[in-house]
Amino acid sequence: MSGFEKYLMSRMGAENSHTLEGYKAQGGYATLERVLKDMTPAEVTAVVKDSGLRGRGGAGFPTGLKWTFMPDAQKDPRHRYLAINADESEPGTCKDRVFMDEDPHGLLEGILMACYAMGCEGAYIYVRGEYRHQYDRTAAALSDARAAGLVGKNILGSGFDCEIHMHKGAGAYICGEETGLMESLEGKRGHPRPKPPFPAGFGLWGQPTTVNNVETIFNVPFIVEKGAEWYRSMGSEASPGNILVGISGSVNKPGVYEAPLGMSARTLLESEDFAGGIWKGRQLKAWFTGGSSCGMVPASFIDVNMDHDSVKAIGSMLGTASMIMLDDTQCVVRAMEVVARFYDHESCGQCSQCREGTQWLHQIFRRIEAGRGKPDDIDMLTSIASGMAPGKTICALADAAAIPANQVVKHFRDELEEHVRAGGCSINGTGACAHGTAAKETEVEVQS
Amino acid sequence: MALPKKLTAEFDELCTHYPERRAGLIPALHRCQEELGGWITPEIMDDMAGYFDIEPAEVYGVVSFYPMFRLTPPGKHVVKVCHNISCDLRGAREVLKRAKELTGAEVHGTSADGKFTLEVVECQGCCTTAPMIDLDNEYHENLTLEDLERLIGECQ
Repeated sequence: MSGFEKYLMSRMGAENSHTLEGYKAQGGYATLERVLKDMTPAEVTAVVKDSGLRGRGGAGFPTGLKWTFMPDAQKDPRHRYLAINADESEPGTCKDRVFMDEDPHGLLEGILMACYAMGCEGAYIYVRGEYRHQYDRTAAALSDARAAGLVGKNILGSGFDCEIHMHKGAGAYICGEETGLMESLEGKRGHPRPKPPFPAGFGLWGQPTTVNNVETIFNVPFIVEKGAEWYRSMGSEASPGNILVGISGSVNKPGVYEAPLGMSARTLLESEDFAGGIWKGRQLKAWFTGGSSCGMVPASFIDVNMDHDSVKAIGSMLGTASMIMLDDTQCVVRAMEVVARFYDHESCGQCSQCREGTQWLHQIFRRIEAGRGKPDDIDMLTSIASGMAPGKTICALADAAAIPANQVVKHFRDELEEHVRAGGCSINGTGACAHGTAAKETEVEVQS
Repeated sequence: MALPKKLTAEFDELCTHYPERRAGLIPALHRCQEELGGWITPEIMDDMAGYFDIEPAEVYGVVSFYPMFRLTPPGKHVVKVCHNISCDLRGAREVLKRAKELTGAEVHGTSADGKFTLEVVECQGCCTTAPMIDLDNEYHENLTLEDLERLIGECQ
């Protein structure tokens, strides 16, 4: 399975891929120079739009189109900002850190092109606080780029000014939501803002702002260099290009792999070039298609192609293309208890449906898992979830909690009912869930 | 207590990166926690309120919102165990159980000798290198129970 062109990870692996010297040795910043000399901002936006690039932060929104939402600079003289979402914290997702670790200049070059296209005078890279190493790597790259005249005033003598700033978060999942991120960047609690107004009209400090994911922006220099047609030759028609797929859980070779969008999930799971199959000679039982908020589907869905529309067609989502695999000795109820606990912990508390709903979902999954479930509990899960989503709250965190709850009831109702009937997990006939000891024995009280 | 000059000088520079100074609050709180005893004391919150010209309650609102900020003093070493789904599937509960035995601390508690604070944390972005712990702000990934024993042993 090597019959596709890799570009996202093409520079990685070289000893000095993260340094300015290493980046330039592989042709880095040459495209930026050409852009500033020969292309208008509208031409840059046009090529990104034509490429069909879709955001890699989870929603898959067309990037070029998003850029055009920024108001016309002639009519709206306000400051304009680009915010880079490097608050990677969707469970199962660990791909943006790879770019910051191994190829931070690629991200910076993409930021400069995006700022040029949208007329942004400044960009903020919002890095989750726990990513210390990635923050330091990117900050060092930024400092070198600034010293080389690639960031700041009059970049490469072109007259284009653009300042890039690093910013550190402090460990809240909700700050990966674009308006929560902006509130947090302004030094406040990360409470998402109601939309409208959208960030392009009222963003950071009330100014026009676009928020893009790290991987999305990392694609931009390649698209500008090689063209929209080249980009559309990879991936699927509606989801062009390559993507970094994270495969975690019960597989032989968990890892972050580059693949064209639309590759079969079975290939990604089974091929020796990717995850190398389920571990310990076991079989696949269930998997999260794109991070925990996409929910679990059964093994029978493994032949789906990993692009936005194909995964949507099986009733799930591509999300961040982060596949989390459960083997046939592992318990979906236990997995849901963990996932529901996470959303309970991370709800910001603004909307009552989310604040209360995430807590109830967690409590119900927890008691079913611990063998204290009641016969009505399973319908209660879907009833609570329907009160939370879709679109009933300020942001999509409530949806992110409700979707996996609905999915597990839809696909694994039998296993939930069996837990209620048997008073616990009977997968191994031991009353214990296989991935670890039974929750009732080692139950951990966790503060929310 | 006033904030050390070294820190306020840093914050002065930090605030130049934003059109409104308050945006420097969260990065500045990180520096306070790193330099001033590992937690955000009420005095630090008062001082930060003064520095940023906002109410102490607003600083408290921020500090209490973000899990990385501590409102109580930690032990000498802080062990954080990720217990989210990808780590759970690869043995995080065994890691946590062993970490409790080795440190003598309960979850979200500090050992009697003050040496270790033990915490569970949500996804740290190490899903494909699970399970993991963060020990004193360093990630340790693809962690085995032997690794854990060695790492805790080195802190003893």
